[in-house]
Amino acid sequence: MNGIHDIGGMDNIGPVNIEKDEPVFHEDWESRVYAMTLATMGAGIFVTDEVRYMTETIPPADYLTFKYYEKWLYSLERMMLQKNMVTPEELESGEVSAPELTAGIEAASLERMAYGMKNRMPVFVDADIPPRFKAGDAIVTRNINPLHHTRIPRYIRGRRGVVEMDHGIFLLPDTNAHGGPDKPQHVYSVRFSARELWGEDAPANDSLYIDLFDDYMDPDK
Amino acid sequence: MTESSHRAPLSDVQLRVRALESLLTEKGVVNRETLDGIVDHYENKVGPHIGAAIVARAWTDPEFKARLLEDASATLAEQGYTGIEGSHMVVVENTDAIHNLVVCTLCSCYPWPVLGLPPNWYKSTPYRAKAVRDPRGLLREFGLELPEETAVRVWDSNAEIRYLVLPKRPEGTENMSEAELQEIVTRDSMVGTGQATLEQ
Repeated sequence: MNGIHDIGGMDNIGPVNIEKDEPVFHEDWESRVYAMTLATMGAGIFVTDEVRYMTETIPPADYLTFKYYEKWLYSLERMMLQKNMVTPEELESGEVSAPELTAGIEAASLERMAYGMKNRMPVFVDADIPPRFKAGDAIVTRNINPLHHTRIPRYIRGRRGVVEMDHGIFLLPDTNAHGGPDKPQHVYSVRFSARELWGEDAPANDSLYIDLFDDYMDPDK
Repeated sequence: MTESSHRAPLSDVQLRVRALESLLTEKGVVNRETLDGIVDHYENKVGPHIGAAIVARAWTDPEFKARLLEDASATLAEQGYTGIEGSHMVVVENTDAIHNLVVCTLCSCYPWPVLGLPPNWYKSTPYRAKAVRDPRGLLREFGLELPEETAVRVWDSNAEIRYLVLPKRPEGTENMSEAELQEIVTRDSMVGTGQATLEQ
């Protein structure tokens, strides 16, 4: 989706506000939203790509003004509704009126979460899928504008780059965010010159590296 | 929490979070022990001190540095520095000729196991917008002016790979111990918005 979240390259967004000695969380509620999001994912209720897409659906004006963890709260509330864990009435009141909805759900234990916080997680897919590209290949990114979740930002579409390295096989977020089907494929770090992206005024030696799936590009012939 | 914030009425957001936590707890979707443990881990256990220890070791142990640059995921996992948002890692090295900068333009991806959770500026729209378009101008906002001949490499971590910058070891640190070196490695130097220096 060509949403407000796809903000790389936009001008006039304002200066970066750098806070000295910033705490990890500014208020208690932020840490609770953060932990609830991780714990509900740990219970297997939704995956990262789904909640990323939910955040992308925040209305643009709100997206720009919400505090960071307000976006997480918006997305978590809506994930819980979408996955039928809670009813709108329950969310409004904080009182349980539909206990049957979560009958089969088992909350993630601290042991389970601690394992995930300290051990290598299988974000990659163990499968025998041949790569379409190899390091050194010239590629051109596809000019695609899907309405669903995608991880190819606008500023990189239709541009020419060179494959730098193959990271292995991952699930394509475009389908993983929407209940499948699974599309495991290679992800590559691809280098683009700053001038390819921003024109001749950009510094000659600067470049941008971005991680792209097989489905996001074609050979540059 | 301060006295005054106890007396202040709860905000709409605070009320929503309380309602949601009480609801999900009572419905058995989350439990408080798990939530408290997650908060404790990210608030008190992980942070830039981990990355600083990795960098200081890489500066003093060439064999470790070579393995880190060759296969960061395995090398960091051996040291126990892996997990959610850091299972697939790449370490990029800053030199006199190259300066690396990390961003996530689409959301806020960041290597949690080695740097902890990201600061607000990293997650903010101005940073995400500018990092890819005008990295040198962005770095000036952080007080860092790069020479024209230094090549800037921006890494947009938009997939599941997370990046850590290995900052350049400053001159004048030849006689410093690994423990002393850790003290001069800042979070910003490992994101690429700063450099490790002796003046801080």
